[in-house]
Amino acid sequence: MANDPKAAKAGEYEFRINCALCHGLGAHGGGRGPDLTRAQKKHAHSDAEMFQVISNGIPGTAMPANGTNGQGVGMTDEEIWQIIAYIRSMEVKAPAKPVGNGVRGKELFYGDANCSLCHMVEGKGERMGPELTAVGGSRTREAIIDSVRNPSRRLAWGLTEATKEFPQEYESVRVVTADGKEIKGVALNEDNFSVQMMDQNERIYLLEKDKLRSFQKSRESMMPKYNADVLSDKDLEDIVAYLISVGAK
Amino acid sequence: MPQRLWRISVTLLTVGLACGLFALSAHAQVTFERLLNSAKEPQNWLTYSGDYSGRRFSELDQINVANARSLTAKWVYQTGATGKLETTPLIVDGILYATGQDDRAFALDARTGRPIWLYQHQLPGDIRPCCGRVNRGLAILGDKVFLGTLDAHVIALDAKTGNVIWDVVAADYQKGYSFTVAPLAVKNLVVIGVSGGEYGVRGFIDAYDAATGERKWRFYTVPGPGEPGHETWEGDSWKIGGAPAWNTGTYDASTNQIFWPTGNPSPSNRGEGRAGDNLYSNSLLALNADTGKMNWYFQFTKHDEHDWDATQVPVIVDSGGKHLIAQANRNGFFYVIDRATGKLVSANAYGKITWSDTKDSEGRPVANKEGSPTLEGRTVCPGALGTTNFMAPTYDPQTKLFYVTARDQCDIFSTAPQPYEAGHAYYGSAYFPSEEAEPYRGFLKAIDPATGEIKWKFEHTSPTWSGVLSTAGGLVFTGDAEGNFIAMDAASGKVLWHFQMGGAVYAAPIAFAVDGKEYVAITAGSGVYAFGLP
Repeated sequence: MANDPKAAKAGEYEFRINCALCHGLGAHGGGRGPDLTRAQKKHAHSDAEMFQVISNGIPGTAMPANGTNGQGVGMTDEEIWQIIAYIRSMEVKAPAKPVGNGVRGKELFYGDANCSLCHMVEGKGERMGPELTAVGGSRTREAIIDSVRNPSRRLAWGLTEATKEFPQEYESVRVVTADGKEIKGVALNEDNFSVQMMDQNERIYLLEKDKLRSFQKSRESMMPKYNADVLSDKDLEDIVAYLISVGAK
Repeated sequence: MPQRLWRISVTLLTVGLACGLFALSAHAQVTFERLLNSAKEPQNWLTYSGDYSGRRFSELDQINVANARSLTAKWVYQTGATGKLETTPLIVDGILYATGQDDRAFALDARTGRPIWLYQHQLPGDIRPCCGRVNRGLAILGDKVFLGTLDAHVIALDAKTGNVIWDVVAADYQKGYSFTVAPLAVKNLVVIGVSGGEYGVRGFIDAYDAATGERKWRFYTVPGPGEPGHETWEGDSWKIGGAPAWNTGTYDASTNQIFWPTGNPSPSNRGEGRAGDNLYSNSLLALNADTGKMNWYFQFTKHDEHDWDATQVPVIVDSGGKHLIAQANRNGFFYVIDRATGKLVSANAYGKITWSDTKDSEGRPVANKEGSPTLEGRTVCPGALGTTNFMAPTYDPQTKLFYVTARDQCDIFSTAPQPYEAGHAYYGSAYFPSEEAEPYRGFLKAIDPATGEIKWKFEHTSPTWSGVLSTAGGLVFTGDAEGNFIAMDAASGKVLWHFQMGGAVYAAPIAFAVDGKEYVAITAGSGVYAFGLP
């Protein structure tokens, strides 16, 4: 079925309903899901592997099992095969050469660009911001660049709601405790009555809201805005190339 | 108030003494008269919404504003299955009846949570549920409980054993028909509405003889040729017009009318090919209970292209000598309608909306022209999930306030042509969260039906799918997406108590009493939880 244009067309409808929320219209990727037009995929190479991934999801990621994401209605086996046909029809056969230099990007990440002061990749770096080992495999180049240039425009993408287990968006939090101590940091987890947060020294606080003197949240990211005068387009492309090379592993 | 409690306690004590203990054989038949007069037995919860009015209000007041802070967990029952639990349990004389994932039904000792029987419907592998393998509960009449299934069966079970008494097929599940709704028992009938608005079904509401399973009437929510309203569909689009009826309606004995709400026209997010108002999608229907004949209808969203099912519980409210029915609609307006005539009394926005700036001469919100989905996508508020959804609201006759779970969220609606294929998902669309930095916001809102004014609101950390219960104890109960069960002061919204249950809430709470002790119960994660005073 993989090369059947009719199946691919039917798959396009199914894709819009079931997949596009995260993977974007045209399978070009979105904030939540990888660009599926890449010929090299991280979790599935053969059609059979892709069928498995769509049917059962990928544990530990936002990719849910078929029919469990609350978006769309779930698919029959036939419909899953149609989606695979559609994805195959959209694949760009020759992978695009990364624009940047990944080796230099790694140096920048751990050096002058200061990324690793807040982010961790492959076990190295710090913890204030999202861990980025997988980000190059699961986000588009454009989404990564936008996150660096405009960190507050869209905070870290939480999981889709129905599969929400840990909707960590790294919102900025400022609290004043009962004894007058001010703590600033990022929210790790929160419900109506409690908040877990990390301050800039990576100290974790587990707090009950009714015991705080004040509690304020902001969607102004703790991450500084990296304009082109702080981080040139070329340096940013190199960092993106580094993240994509790690994410593809 | 103490007098009322004393009366309940004496009633229970009498039954308890007569039987020694609550032996199963003590079951009285649940007659239609008992359902009509459910207010006389507040220790029980006999229908999906607690009574025929849809108020989801309990007369019990043992748990109240003064002592709610000392509530404590009494028991937990785990269904052992994964997926959402959307069920509202029934309580009859100390026994809890409920449903779980994959069309299981069970009876528990309501004092201990210990199971009495379990029924597991055998579902085929290729069912087509739209939004999880869910079920919202049972109806009870006589000595039977009634279950609608995801493969479109209606089943009567023996309330004592869970044995199947009758099992009828209402429609072809392979074409996308299913049941998720809790049926409503009225007179000798079991009334039930179909799901499948995502598959291009032709919606209907059925009534079955409770004794035999024989179908007594069917009302098609999309009129056929020659029937009034048929002209509101382009060409043959009526055949796959949707308008499912997947949430439980209410009943008014004084006029013998069933009020049942309907869902979106199909395909949900594409209006091309079905020009017209698309009656009776997104409507409230007033049906004669004996015949299923329609007395009036009120359509909330004409020619819907945003999946705004009107399937919210229509709540019967009598106010200032007026006989009204109120609905907090998924399209973001709170509607009050004259129950006798179906004429609109008022419509007020209760959340963030962008789809309507004007009203017609009768006060009905009119859609703006630039709201239709496009190929590239267009941002509209509320989003596809609506300002509210299936989560049950409550009306408290003491505060005279209507409480509803609400969400502020906008979506980008994109549409593309899609051919209909029987049994395949049929949306003609996709929708995406708006790119605005603004997060989704979730609330519990207390609305004054007389004015549409929001008296107070409680903002959740994130939007919840929990319904709401109000009680004579001056309390409202609700749950949140992070697993908390919460008691608030109904007058002010002040949180009085909360308990972390460890799983998101997708159902609405109930209150009941056994052995003179009041409980509140709700489902979260895969469990049924009961709480009471120490």
